[in-house]
Amino acid sequence: MIRLVSTAAGKLSRLRRRRWAGVAVVLVALGLTGGAYTAFSPASADETQSNAELIAEGRELYLVGCASCHGLNGEGIDTTEEGRIVGPTLVGVGAAAAHFQVGTGRMPMAQTGQQAPRKPVTYTEEEILALSAFVGSLGPGPAIPAPGDYSLDGLSEEEREEATVRGGQIFLTNCTACHNFQGAGGAMPKGGYAPKIRGVEPIHIYEAMLTGPQTMDSFSNGNLSPEDKRDVIAYLMSIQEPKSSGGFGMGGLGPVAEGLFAWLFLGLLVGFAVWIAAHSTRTTKEKVSE
Amino acid sequence: VSIEKYEESTLTELPPHQWRPTDVDPALARRAERQIATWWALSMVCSVLVVVSYVSFAVGDEATYLLGQDLSHLTIGLSLTGMLLFFGIGTIQWARKLMGDHEIVEMRHSAASPPEDRAAVGQALELGIAEAGISRRPLLRNMLLGSLGLMGLPAIVLLRDLGPLPGDVLQHTIWRRGMRVVRDVIGTPIKPADLIVGDLVNAQPEPLVHVEVPRGGIEYLEGIELQKEKAKSSVLLLRMEPQDNNPGEGREDWAVDGILAYSKICTHVGCPISLNERTTHHLLCPCHQSTFDLADSGKVVFGPAGRALPQLPLMVDEEGYLVAQDDFNEPVGPSFWERNSK
Repeated sequence: MIRLVSTAAGKLSRLRRRRWAGVAVVLVALGLTGGAYTAFSPASADETQSNAELIAEGRELYLVGCASCHGLNGEGIDTTEEGRIVGPTLVGVGAAAAHFQVGTGRMPMAQTGQQAPRKPVTYTEEEILALSAFVGSLGPGPAIPAPGDYSLDGLSEEEREEATVRGGQIFLTNCTACHNFQGAGGAMPKGGYAPKIRGVEPIHIYEAMLTGPQTMDSFSNGNLSPEDKRDVIAYLMSIQEPKSSGGFGMGGLGPVAEGLFAWLFLGLLVGFAVWIAAHSTRTTKEKVSE
Repeated sequence: VSIEKYEESTLTELPPHQWRPTDVDPALARRAERQIATWWALSMVCSVLVVVSYVSFAVGDEATYLLGQDLSHLTIGLSLTGMLLFFGIGTIQWARKLMGDHEIVEMRHSAASPPEDRAAVGQALELGIAEAGISRRPLLRNMLLGSLGLMGLPAIVLLRDLGPLPGDVLQHTIWRRGMRVVRDVIGTPIKPADLIVGDLVNAQPEPLVHVEVPRGGIEYLEGIELQKEKAKSSVLLLRMEPQDNNPGEGREDWAVDGILAYSKICTHVGCPISLNERTTHHLLCPCHQSTFDLADSGKVVFGPAGRALPQLPLMVDEEGYLVAQDDFNEPVGPSFWERNSK
C-alpha cells in the first residue's frame, strides 16, 4: 500500500515540470477553495431570497387581513375613538410585536373595543412568521426572540432553581401589580384588564415584555436584560400548575375574592340555620295516650 | 300594663299545640331513631378515616396529588368535614324529631321598677348625702374630687411609652442629591439610553438594594431601617416622549430626556402603586382606584386621593447614570396630623 502511494507520488512528481502543470495546480486549488467555501459558508444568498419571499408573502396576507385598519403600508389610519387611535401605525413596532399580537390571536381583532382579547389564532405558524417578517421590514424594531433567549436548556439543575427564584422576585416587583401574584390577571381603568399570563407560550411572554402590547409598559432589553426576562419566564413556567395543599384556591385572585366568599358563605350558613329552626313537620293527628 | 293582665290577654290567643309525626306514630319514631343512629355511625366512620388518611399519605415533598390537590390534606379535610357534619345532622334530627316537644311561653315584664321602689331609692340617696355631710364639709368634698381627678394623671403619663414621637421622619426620605436610582431587586444603575419610550422601571435608591459586589462609599441599609426606608423611598421610573410631558411650574428640569420619577406610595392611604398604562400615562392604585396622570405632575384624575403623587427630580451624574437632584420637595405617602396639606 505504502509502496503504491509512493509510486503514484513519484509519477506525479515527474509530471510537475510539464508545460500545463502550473495551470493544473491553480485549477485544482481554485476548485478546492470554491468547494470548501460552498460547503462551509452560510447560504446567505438563498436566505436573502427566502426572506424577501417571506416579506412578499406576508405583505399579501397583510393587505387582505390587516390593511383596512393599519393602512396599506402600515402607516396607521388616523381614526380616533374616545381619544384612542383605532388603527395605530406599525412602522417600528418590530416583528416581535406582530408575532405576539397575531400569534396569541389578539390580531386580527373581531371588533373594536377597549382592548383586543386573546382568542383562537387565525393564521398558521408560517403565515404568522410571514406577517411578522413584513411588519418587521416596515421599520427598525425588536425582532422575534430566539429560543436561546428564553429557554433554560443548558443550565444545571441548581442554576435553573436560582433563575426561577430570581425570576420570581423580579416578577413580584414588576409584574404582580397588574397581573396578580399567580399571573391570574386583574382589572385596569376604564374597562381594561391585565390578562391572565399562565398558560401562555414562553416566546409570547418574552415578546410581551419586549414590546409592551396595548396599554402595557414595555420592558426593553435595556430596561430588563434578556437574562432577567428568561428568569421571569422560568418562574412563570414553575407556577403553570400551582400545586394546591388542599381546598379550593379560587384561582388565586386574592383577599378580596376570598373575603367576599367568606361573607357570602357565612351568610348562607346563618340563613340555613334560621331555616332549620323555622321549619318542622307537624301533624293534625292527636297523640294517642299509651 | 300589669303582668297578670298581659298573661291573660295573650295566653288565650295561642293556637292549640300540634304534634310531630314522630310523636303520634311509634313506627315513625323508630325510623327516626334508626336514621339518627346511621348519621352518627357515618360520623364514626369519618373519624376513623381521618386517622387512616393521616397515616396513609405522605406530606411535603413526597406528597401525592390527585387533580392538583395534595391527597393527604384533601382526604383529612374531607373526612374531618364528614365527621362533624354527620354528627351535627344526627344531633339536629334527634332534637327535632325525638326530644321533648313542649311549647314554653316565657312572659316579659316592664323594664322599669315599680314607682314605690323608685321613690324608696330616691329617699335612701337623699338620706345618704345628708348623713355624709358633703355640703357641710367643703374641705373633704374638694379633696375627694382632687384625689379622684389625679388618678387620671398616671394613665396619661404612661401613654408616653407609645412614643417616641416620630419627629420629622415622615417629612423626609433617604433620597439626596446625586443618589443613584437603581432597579429594584436587580440593583443595577440606569442610564437614560437603557430605556426606550414606553419603558417602566420599579426603582429604589441605591442603598436599599443589596448587590453581589457592593459599591464603595455606599452605606447599604439592613433590617428594620431598610424596610422603613423602602416604605417611603420606592419610586417608579418611566420614559415618555418629552413632548407628551406637561411639567408643572418649577419642574421643567426634573425630567431627563422624557424620563420621570414618581413616588410609588399612594397619597391616599399609602398603598404601593405601579399599575401604569403606557398609552395614557395614567397610574392606578389598586386599593381604592385613585388615578394619577404622570404626564401632568402626577395630578389626581380619579379617585379618593387628595394630593398629586410626589415627583423626584432627576439628573445624570458624571458617569452617565440617573441620580436624584434632591429629596422629594414634599412628604410622600398619605396625609398625617402635622402635614401641611397644601
